[in-house]
Amino acid sequence: MKFSVFSPLLIMLGIGAGFAISLSNDPHTLPSALIDQPLPEFDLPPIRTEDVGFSRADLEGQVALVNVFASWCVACRIEHPTLMRLSREKRIPVYGVDWKDKREDGAAWLLAFGDPYELVGEDQNSKLAIELGVTGAPETYVIDKTGRIRYKQIGPITEDVWNDTIEPLVIALEKEVTP
Amino acid sequence: MKRLLLVAFSLLCIGFLPSPVGAVLPDEVLPDPVLEARAREISQELRCVVCQNQSIDDSNADLARDMRVLVRDRLVAGDTNDQVKEYLVARYGNFVLLRPPVQTDTLLLWLGPVLFLFAAFTGFAFYLRNAKEEIINAPRPLSSGEEALLKRVKENAI
Repeated sequence: MKFSVFSPLLIMLGIGAGFAISLSNDPHTLPSALIDQPLPEFDLPPIRTEDVGFSRADLEGQVALVNVFASWCVACRIEHPTLMRLSREKRIPVYGVDWKDKREDGAAWLLAFGDPYELVGEDQNSKLAIELGVTGAPETYVIDKTGRIRYKQIGPITEDVWNDTIEPLVIALEKEVTP
Repeated sequence: MKRLLLVAFSLLCIGFLPSPVGAVLPDEVLPDPVLEARAREISQELRCVVCQNQSIDDSNADLARDMRVLVRDRLVAGDTNDQVKEYLVARYGNFVLLRPPVQTDTLLLWLGPVLFLFAAFTGFAFYLRNAKEEIINAPRPLSSGEEALLKRVKENAI
């Protein structure tokens, strides 16, 4: 008899706990299916006449960031100062994928805000983006020395994200010895 | 007037029918109608990862368009329907499928409704049993002799 008096309260607590878990779980951060997988082959055309483009072979043997950006991407402006700092301090090579963008728009964007990239290629029809499982810009992939994807950052790399998440991983990856 | 109403009603009905074209643009359509039909079928089962609750067949998002084109490219290259889906699952995970596959970590999702139904029936069975006991244990009505006795007692009390 006592149980039935408290059962509505127990049911409510159960439902409440369910909602609390679901609401704290952001549906926009999808787990990447490609962690620890080798980067696919690609050869992206350049966005500026003086550029050479960006292909998988350019990443060979180094820990690097591959950053998916676009001139239409507002959040890309948030992470841009961090990328510029990493490039200025020669902390880690950053490669750019100008995604679903007009070449001249991407080039103008880099001219206006600065170019943190070693190399930039364009991915107009999402060929590489779909290979990488990109769901939106900006997204950044941490690539190890053997060319495998080790981490996927969805959303901008702020100074906090860099300090707390990416730099510790990069330091560990730089220590890895390639066979 | 009657005809006008009929026309209006028909138009209303058409409005409620599921759109047969989705978001597919004319330049995406394959010349081979069989392949195109397969592409449409696959596209309706793939989630647009930008908008998340639409299929890529319904979504106007740029990335959904690129995924539709990719689905068609792979079909033309000779992939089966399952191979096309596996290609995208390998890159986006099971999330890209609108209908989650039955596997150990989705078992609760698939069996959940059955479990809830079972719990509801069990609860109802218990409720019925309690109700039956209450009826059995309920005080029986007074017999005519007791009724008469009660009446006498009341009259004497006044």
